[in-house]
Amino acid sequence: MAQLDLRAKLGILADAAKYDASCASSGTRKRSSEGQAKGIGSTEGMGICHAYAPDGRCISLLKILLTNSCIFDCHYCINRKSSNVRRARFTPAEVVELTLSFYRRNYIEGLFLSSGIIRSSDYTMEQLVEVARSLREDHHFRGYIHLKTIPDADPLLIEAAGRHADRLSINVELPTESGLARLAPEKSAPRIEGAMAGVRHKIEDRQDARRRYRSAPGFAPAGQSTQMIIGADAATDRDIMTKAHGLYDRHALRRVYYSAFSPIPDASAVLPLKRPPLIREHRLYQSDWMLRFYGYSLADISAAADPASGMLPLDMDPKLAWALRFREHFPVDVNRAPREALLRVPGLGVKAVNGILAARRWRRLRLEDIARLTRSVVKLRPFLIAEDWRPVRLGDRLEVAPPPPRQQLELFAA
Amino acid sequence: MALVRLAADDDVEGWRAAARGLALAGVPADAVHWQVGDGPADLFADAEPGVPPPAPGAEAFSVPRRFVELAETALLHADPERFARLYALLLRLRDQPRAIEDRADPLIRTIEDMAKAVRRDMHKMHAFLRFRAVEEAEGERFVAWYEPEHHIVRANAGFFVRRFSTLRWSILTPQLSLHWDGISLAEGPPGQRGDAPDADPAEAAWKTYYASIFNPARLKTAAMLREMPKKYWKNMPEAALVPALVADAQRREREMIMTAQTSPAGNATLALEALREEAAQCRRCPLWKPATQTVFGEGPAGAPLMFVGEQPGDQEDLAGHPFVGPAGQLFDRALGDAGVDRSRAYVTNAVKHFKFEPRGKRRIHAKPDSGEIEACRWWIEQERDIVRPALTVALGVTAAQSLTGRSITISRARGAPVRLADGGECWITVHPSFLLRIPEADRKAEEYARFVDDLRRIGARLAELTG
Ligand code: SF4
Repeated sequence: MAQLDLRAKLGILADAAKYDASCASSGTRKRSSEGQAKGIGSTEGMGICHAYAPDGRCISLLKILLTNSCIFDCHYCINRKSSNVRRARFTPAEVVELTLSFYRRNYIEGLFLSSGIIRSSDYTMEQLVEVARSLREDHHFRGYIHLKTIPDADPLLIEAAGRHADRLSINVELPTESGLARLAPEKSAPRIEGAMAGVRHKIEDRQDARRRYRSAPGFAPAGQSTQMIIGADAATDRDIMTKAHGLYDRHALRRVYYSAFSPIPDASAVLPLKRPPLIREHRLYQSDWMLRFYGYSLADISAAADPASGMLPLDMDPKLAWALRFREHFPVDVNRAPREALLRVPGLGVKAVNGILAARRWRRLRLEDIARLTRSVVKLRPFLIAEDWRPVRLGDRLEVAPPPPRQQLELFAA
Repeated sequence: MALVRLAADDDVEGWRAAARGLALAGVPADAVHWQVGDGPADLFADAEPGVPPPAPGAEAFSVPRRFVELAETALLHADPERFARLYALLLRLRDQPRAIEDRADPLIRTIEDMAKAVRRDMHKMHAFLRFRAVEEAEGERFVAWYEPEHHIVRANAGFFVRRFSTLRWSILTPQLSLHWDGISLAEGPPGQRGDAPDADPAEAAWKTYYASIFNPARLKTAAMLREMPKKYWKNMPEAALVPALVADAQRREREMIMTAQTSPAGNATLALEALREEAAQCRRCPLWKPATQTVFGEGPAGAPLMFVGEQPGDQEDLAGHPFVGPAGQLFDRALGDAGVDRSRAYVTNAVKHFKFEPRGKRRIHAKPDSGEIEACRWWIEQERDIVRPALTVALGVTAAQSLTGRSITISRARGAPVRLADGGECWITVHPSFLLRIPEADRKAEEYARFVDDLRRIGARLAELTG
């Protein structure tokens, strides 16, 4: 391979990383460089998106691969052994320099480093760890670091990775085992989940230690995440949410990312040729939120999906789909209903519900009050009862009654 | 009328002191003029400058913490009405401190929206400000030009100090400039864009990164614009690339799909094998449970002709091969009579598991419902993607529904081609099991002849298509 200049390498190794959806820089401990003699960087809890790409995705971290060479042959991956893409490889020092140079100009929050597997899992993991170590120890970098973890790597290397990184992630890749067997023949679901369990154990262990001794070293304070590719195997939405729920449950993940598989150059023949609609990915994220923040159970999400095909409707959000299947739960009285019932109203977010709960301690709420707390009251009023509002009935179509004529009321009052 | 002069647009302390004094003096909200700096005083000739003394018997009061936080943020808003609005709210809270919880109240809503706009503006400054390096005698200095919407620059200084405390930097804005020398922060007069450097050696790499990290197969410009509206673009070097990236995206995606679609030809057999293996584990609908096995399609991966039946029957389910039972045998005979070479055809079913109702020891065929047909389309579509037959034949209504996505009446649809969504040509005829179910011998012979006729026409059409 001829020597490529740094920019050419960056082009190749960022291109190779773009299919990974996880790019959050949130959820870690606060750090600051104020009053420090050396180093650079801070984290403030909330992630920052420093730019947005035309694909609508947030650019928060420098997301690159150390190398896009790989000894594995996962069919959905552009870096697989049998692909004809141009290969490149960074040295750890180059990645460190690039990260710092971007960080100083306020382009990024930090680094998201992943890699193809070269030589062996341990060798590759060592290289990834070396980048993080150098950033933290040689340069006192206090920005965000996310390291992709290789499931088979030596536990001591995982340990070192967690010491330097804010977040670790191990991708489950595909929601079904048969999909994994077809598309990533060298990977094994039990090994992947085994590694996740190991990371969870270390995270909790260290949290515990830090509660007792403030100085105990941390371990991946922003937790671990994973990613699933959607639409490359036969998994239905119901299968996917079942898998995600199990992962949250077993490994205390911070996030599961769903990435609609997209056509890649030089695609493998084994890959489906059609990409799933991007809206499907969106519906899965919405279901994920319903599980995590809206108090829905896995059974609820399942019930929102079509009973036979197991797919969520594409033309409406899953919360609305659930509400239409369980009409008997509506309308909900905004002046009386408990929090859990309000959270199930399509179109009412957590913030709006908090607003309603706080405001109604004060007075009885009218439809216009709800309008001030939400984006579109028209969509949600068929599901609500307010002081001056009662939907006629929640029919088969979303028929809604017009607001009561105000002038008339005034006439009566006169 | 009282006239209050504040020292600066973000003079939160000055507002707080004045508001407290005005409240104690019992001045109503609409009797105060708020002014920043020394504006033309004659506009308010009738106004009394300064804060009047407390009214007799006025008592000190406290306001909820949430109000203080809200005021600190909302006061940075560019709207000149902000001082008056917050003062009006303060007066209300003095009597009803808990009213702050009523976020559906119009005044509180307005002020919260202002605070939200300010927070967003602060956040966007954290995100979109770009430093450029300049060489100075003492070393490198990082300089940025930034144009905020609200009066947030001072309030945002801490963020940049915490993050870049060991660098030397300057932030120039139309309101004021901030300079950090590694130890302390100094304020300077407003700047101009021309005062900041117009290039930086790292920008080329950053632009390369921005262009490469974008996936052209997922163009979502509306989502991008929502978070990064155009007004920010002029001070972000990477934003100059957006129009070209967007314009090029569709072409790049088309190219990827084209190459993807031409490549399977080389190893279509491998792809089909992998698909068959995955389908063996399919759980997409409940039909897999009582059935013996998935019965996948069979035939050459490059077949120009594809036959699609309904579902495997009792014997197919046990054997694991399609069209081996009585209907399959009849089908073979009809193909022979029509002169169509079955070895050139790929034969498969719309639904790949046997659906039945147990009747004593026998398993009676049951029709798959549309949910099951839909679930199983996952497989047939991929089989079709790989085989890409010039001509497809739907045997019976289930196959026709699966292929076309509509419900079809055979009698009306047979004998003429239908264009499928993937561009393929499809002919529709009866399922051979229909012939088996006809009790009268003469009608049976008649229908068999019609079936053979259809197949003959299909054979001729195939010859036309494949040359
Ligand atoms: S009938 Fe089709 S979709 Fe249903 S389980 Fe069998 S192969 Fe899967």
